[in-house]
Amino acid sequence: MSTILKVEQLQLSIAGKRICTGLDWKIEPQQIWGVLGVNGIGKSTLLQALCGLQPIEHGEISLQQQPLQQLKRRDIARAVALLFQHQDDIFPATVLEQVMMGRHPHTTLLKGEQPEDFKIAEQVIVAMGLSGMELRTVDTLSGGERRRVALATILAQQPRLYLLDEPEAHLDPKHQKVIFNKVVEQARTQQAALVMALHDINLAIHHCTHLLMLLKGGEAVQGEVKEMVSQQQIEQLYGTEMVRIEQNGQIAYLAL
Amino acid sequence: MNRLPTAHRNRVMLLLFLLFAVLASLLALKMGSSSISWQTLWQILRGEESGVLSTVVLDLRLPRVVTAFVAGGLLALSGLLMQILLRNPLADPYVLGVSGGAAVAALLSLMAGLSAVWMAPAAFGGALLSMALVFGMTRMHGSWEPTRLLLTGVVIAAGWGAVITFLLAVSSDQALRGMVFWLMGDLGQPDLPGWELLLLLLGGAIALLMAREINVLTRGGAQAAAFGVSVERLRLVLFLLASLLTATAVTLAGSVGFVGLVVPHMIRLISGGDHRLLIPASILLGGGLLILSDTLARTLLAPQQLPVGVVTAMVGVPLFLYLLQRSGR
Repeated sequence: MSTILKVEQLQLSIAGKRICTGLDWKIEPQQIWGVLGVNGIGKSTLLQALCGLQPIEHGEISLQQQPLQQLKRRDIARAVALLFQHQDDIFPATVLEQVMMGRHPHTTLLKGEQPEDFKIAEQVIVAMGLSGMELRTVDTLSGGERRRVALATILAQQPRLYLLDEPEAHLDPKHQKVIFNKVVEQARTQQAALVMALHDINLAIHHCTHLLMLLKGGEAVQGEVKEMVSQQQIEQLYGTEMVRIEQNGQIAYLAL
Repeated sequence: MNRLPTAHRNRVMLLLFLLFAVLASLLALKMGSSSISWQTLWQILRGEESGVLSTVVLDLRLPRVVTAFVAGGLLALSGLLMQILLRNPLADPYVLGVSGGAAVAALLSLMAGLSAVWMAPAAFGGALLSMALVFGMTRMHGSWEPTRLLLTGVVIAAGWGAVITFLLAVSSDQALRGMVFWLMGDLGQPDLPGWELLLLLLGGAIALLMAREINVLTRGGAQAAAFGVSVERLRLVLFLLASLLTATAVTLAGSVGFVGLVVPHMIRLISGGDHRLLIPASILLGGGLLILSDTLARTLLAPQQLPVGVVTAMVGVPLFLYLLQRSGR
């Protein structure tokens, strides 16, 4: 299986603030990356840059061996899906309409949605525990339900690369667990990769195979989870003291 | 769950809106200073009846009905597209100053003593000028970011508003009445609309081709881009199309308020936010509503004619408030 996304010497800034410089990064199928860093370090901007929604200053991003900048938006959307941190509902859609938007890059002007597309939408609606809500408008749902609709939309998109910006937001612990497992399972079966910007170091340790830590001044360190996670590394990342808890072979870190 | 229920529902709804437009047209042909029976109307329409009544219906009322339908359809479609483009449910066809530019040019042609033939070309030219102004100012920043576009348009519209007030203030008393009527919207034009109708059909067809992308764009610009829509290109087309439709409507009927703002919302309240339905339904409901309003405008206080804009509000306000109450969650 070939590399899905390759980043070479990437330099990225927003509003004059350097997010990364000289970043080399390869995302392979089946990998699950956690992007970690303090508030405002640029996790969201980096994710958006990976699907061509943020201008880059320097370097090269290639998607399946093709330069990202030369690809059409539709072609990018077939291969990369991005879950935004926020969504707005000025003109609210129903759950089914919203989820069907994930199929948009796979439709063409003349063909439109096929029965197959509706089947996929129905499957992910069930997988995200939203059965029976298909015809409700999104603005009548709770924060957690909306998050699951957004995740269902991304799953319906069936990309090679999932970029998830704080997927755990608004979800209670049970749904966090169930939904993370569903997303990871679908990514695995479709030979896709996941990149998640996470605030919760423990979710990252538990679900990810690799970590990219964004540090002050545009520095970044990366590697497999087991070699990246140490008390010293995490305290340096967040700039605060952490307590390490170990039970039944599971490790968790808490800020106290 | 499959695609059929939605597609089927859309088709039924569209048929109902079509029925409304047809009924409004028939009513408008029937009613007036010389009211005629349905039977006579039917005979006239089938060409079995000639004479004065036939002339009244076919040469006077019919052009007016078609003009009202085209103007209403243009305004409602333009309003719908503006609301999407500007991500603002309060946007209407006039919000970006297109009608202001048209009004200034039309009033200037009146003041210059040019014949009425020049009103329409002047209005259209003014509308295009205003459109180019907003386009240029927005383009300078290289982005179609909705808030910036809206602010640019609103300020330019305010500028036109001041110029209009100035022109009204310095014009003579006898010119004033004609000017004010033009500003309030006027469907007294006797000709059958030709190129305007063509533009409405063409604009509707183009919008319908983009309907699925417009649906995606309602989720927000960045989100739509992530779903594979070329957002900048789509916004450019929406701007040009909506402005051109408004310019045409203003040229045809002056500034008729309310239709462009409220018709899209009525349809959203009745049958949801799918633009494959919203686009054709806006044209039908906007056209039908303006036909109905114009019929009332010329019959309520006959022989005096009311400005049609007043009547659209009189019909539209209660209807809209009723729909809003009914949908209250």
